[in-house]
Amino acid sequence: MGRLIAIRVLQAVPVILIVSVLAFLLMSLLPGDPAVVIAGDQASPEAIEKVRRGLGLDRPFLEQIGLWFLQLAQGNFGASLMLNQSVVSAMGERLPVTLSLAGLSLAITLPVGIFAGSIAAYYRQTWIDSVVMVVALLGVSIPAFWIAILAVILFSVMLGWLPSSGFVPLAQDPLGWFRSLVMPAAMLSLFQIGFLARMTRSAMLDVLSQDFIRTARSKGLSEWSTVGKHAFRNALIMVITAMGILISTAIGGSVVIEQVFALPGIGRLVVQGILARDYPLVQGVMLIYGFAFVAINLMVDVLYTVADPRVRYD
Amino acid sequence: MTDLAAGTGPAGPIVSPVLAPRRRFMLLRRLLAHRSFQIGAALVVILTAAAVLAPLITGLDPVAMKVRFRFRPPSAAFPFGTDNFGRDILTRVLYGARVSLWIGLVVTLLSGFLGAAIGMIAAQFRGVDAPLMRVMDALMSFPAILLALGITAALGPRMESVIIALTVAYVPAGVRIVRASALVVRELDYVQAARIAGAGNARIMFRHILPNSVGPLLVHMTFVFAYSILAEAALSFLGVGVPPPTPSWGNIIAEGRDYATEAWWVMLFPGIAISLAALGLNLLGDGLRDVLDPRLKGAG
Repeated sequence: MGRLIAIRVLQAVPVILIVSVLAFLLMSLLPGDPAVVIAGDQASPEAIEKVRRGLGLDRPFLEQIGLWFLQLAQGNFGASLMLNQSVVSAMGERLPVTLSLAGLSLAITLPVGIFAGSIAAYYRQTWIDSVVMVVALLGVSIPAFWIAILAVILFSVMLGWLPSSGFVPLAQDPLGWFRSLVMPAAMLSLFQIGFLARMTRSAMLDVLSQDFIRTARSKGLSEWSTVGKHAFRNALIMVITAMGILISTAIGGSVVIEQVFALPGIGRLVVQGILARDYPLVQGVMLIYGFAFVAINLMVDVLYTVADPRVRYD
Repeated sequence: MTDLAAGTGPAGPIVSPVLAPRRRFMLLRRLLAHRSFQIGAALVVILTAAAVLAPLITGLDPVAMKVRFRFRPPSAAFPFGTDNFGRDILTRVLYGARVSLWIGLVVTLLSGFLGAAIGMIAAQFRGVDAPLMRVMDALMSFPAILLALGITAALGPRMESVIIALTVAYVPAGVRIVRASALVVRELDYVQAARIAGAGNARIMFRHILPNSVGPLLVHMTFVFAYSILAEAALSFLGVGVPPPTPSWGNIIAEGRDYATEAWWVMLFPGIAISLAALGLNLLGDGLRDVLDPRLKGAG
C-alpha cells in the first residue's frame, strides 16, 4: 500500500508542473497583444508599455515561462491589477466566504445524498425509489443559478425569511452567518445531492447483489447488520471516489452562486477580475485552485487506497 | 460479453455489447422499451423540433424591439410574455433553443471525438500514455466551470469561445473512459489474434477497440450534452457566454434577472427549457446505460 501511495504522489509532480504551464498559457489565448487587451482600448502607449514591462510580456517566450516558474517557486502567484494586491492575499481575504459556502453545502449534501441513494437502492423498484430518483434527476437537471434566483424571490422578497444577499462572518454573528449562507448553500447542494444520490444508489445496488450479502443474510445476520454495516460500508468506499468531484463541483458552482447572492467570495472575485480584464488575477486564482485540487484528488486517492485494499494501480 | 463486463470489477470499465447486427437490433428493442429512454427521447425530440421549426412556430423576430409592448405578462398574444424591450419571450426561447442545443451538440460531438481519439492513442501507444494522461489529470484539476470560465474570458465572449472552453473541460473524462475500456479490450484473445494475424495499429484501433469502447463513451456523451447546456447557461449568466442580443437560454435568464420580481416570466421560461433539455438528456443517458451495462440495471 505504501508503494501505491508513493506512486500516486510521484504522479502528482508532473501534474503540478502541467497545471502551472496551462495556467501560464491562459494568457497567450488572449487575442492580439495581451498588453493592449489588459490595459484597455483607450490606454495611452505609456500605460500599455507599463503593463507589458510589468508582466514581462516584452521578454522572449521561454524567458517568460522560466520567470513564471521562478516566481512560483518563490511562492509568488502574481498580483491583481485592479486591486493592487497580490493574488494570494486577495484570495486569502475571500477564502472564508467560499469555504463557508462550499463547506456548508457539502455538510448538507453528504448526509442527504448518501441517505437518499441508500434508501432508493434498498427499496428499489418501489415508489420510494421512484420518488427519490425523480427528485435526484431534477437536482442534476435544473440550473442552480436559476432556481437560486427563484428561491430569492420566494424566501427573501415574498416571505422575507432570509436575506437575499451579503455575507456575515462567522466570528461576528454565528446566526447571521448561517442565515446569510443557508439558502446559497442549499441551492448549491441541489445538483450535488442529485449527483451523490444517483451514485450512492448504483453503488449500493452493486454491493447488495454480491455474494457476501447473500451469505450475511443466510447466516442469519439482522437486516440492519447486513445492509447498514456490510453493504453500506462497501458502498461508502465507492462514494469516496465521488468526493473529489463533489468538492470540485462545489467550488465551481460557488462561482455562480456567489454571483447570485452577492457573496464576496473567490468566485465573485474571479468574475469581477474577468469583467475588469484583470487576467493576472484570473490566472493566479486558477493556478491556486489547480494546485489545491491536485492535492485534494491525491488525498481522495490515498483515502481510497487505504479504505479498499483491493485497489491496485496498473 | 456480460460475463466479461462483470469480471472487470465494481468500478471497472463497461465493455459495450455492440457486436453483430442481430445484437444491435436487440439492444435497440430493449432501448425502445425502456421507460427512462422513452421519456428522455420524447423530450429531446420535442425540444429539437421546436428549435429547428422555430421560424414556423413563431412569426416574430427574436431580436426585434417593440418598446410599446414591454413587460407584457403571458397572454394569448404573448404566451410567455415580453421583456424590457418588448421582445416576445416565446420567440426568444425558441430561437435560444437553437443556440443552446447547438452549443451542447457541438461540444458533445467534439469532446466525444477527441476523447475517443486521445483515449485510443493512450491505450494503444504505451509510450505516450503517461504524458497524455498527466495532461488530462492537469485539466481535470480545475473545476470544469472555472476552466471554461478562464478560457472564455481569454478568448472573448463569443459562441465559439464557449464551445472551445466546454470541449476542453469535458475531453479528459471521455479520454479516461475510452482508455479504460480500450485497455481491457486490447488484451482480449480476438484482438491478440488479430495482432498475430498481422493487423496494424490502425486496423486494431478502428475495427476492434473502438467499436467495443463506444458504448460507455455514448453514455458519457449524453451526460456531457446535459452538462454543456447547463454550463452554457451558467457562463452566459456570468456574462462571458453568448453575447446579447442573440438569444441563448442562459443570457435570456441573465437579462431577465434584473427585473425578476416584477417580470418573473422573462427568466422563468428559459429556465424551464434548460431544465427540460437537461432532464431529457439525463433520462436518455440513464436508459442507454441500463441497456448497455446490464450490471447497473435497477428501477427505471
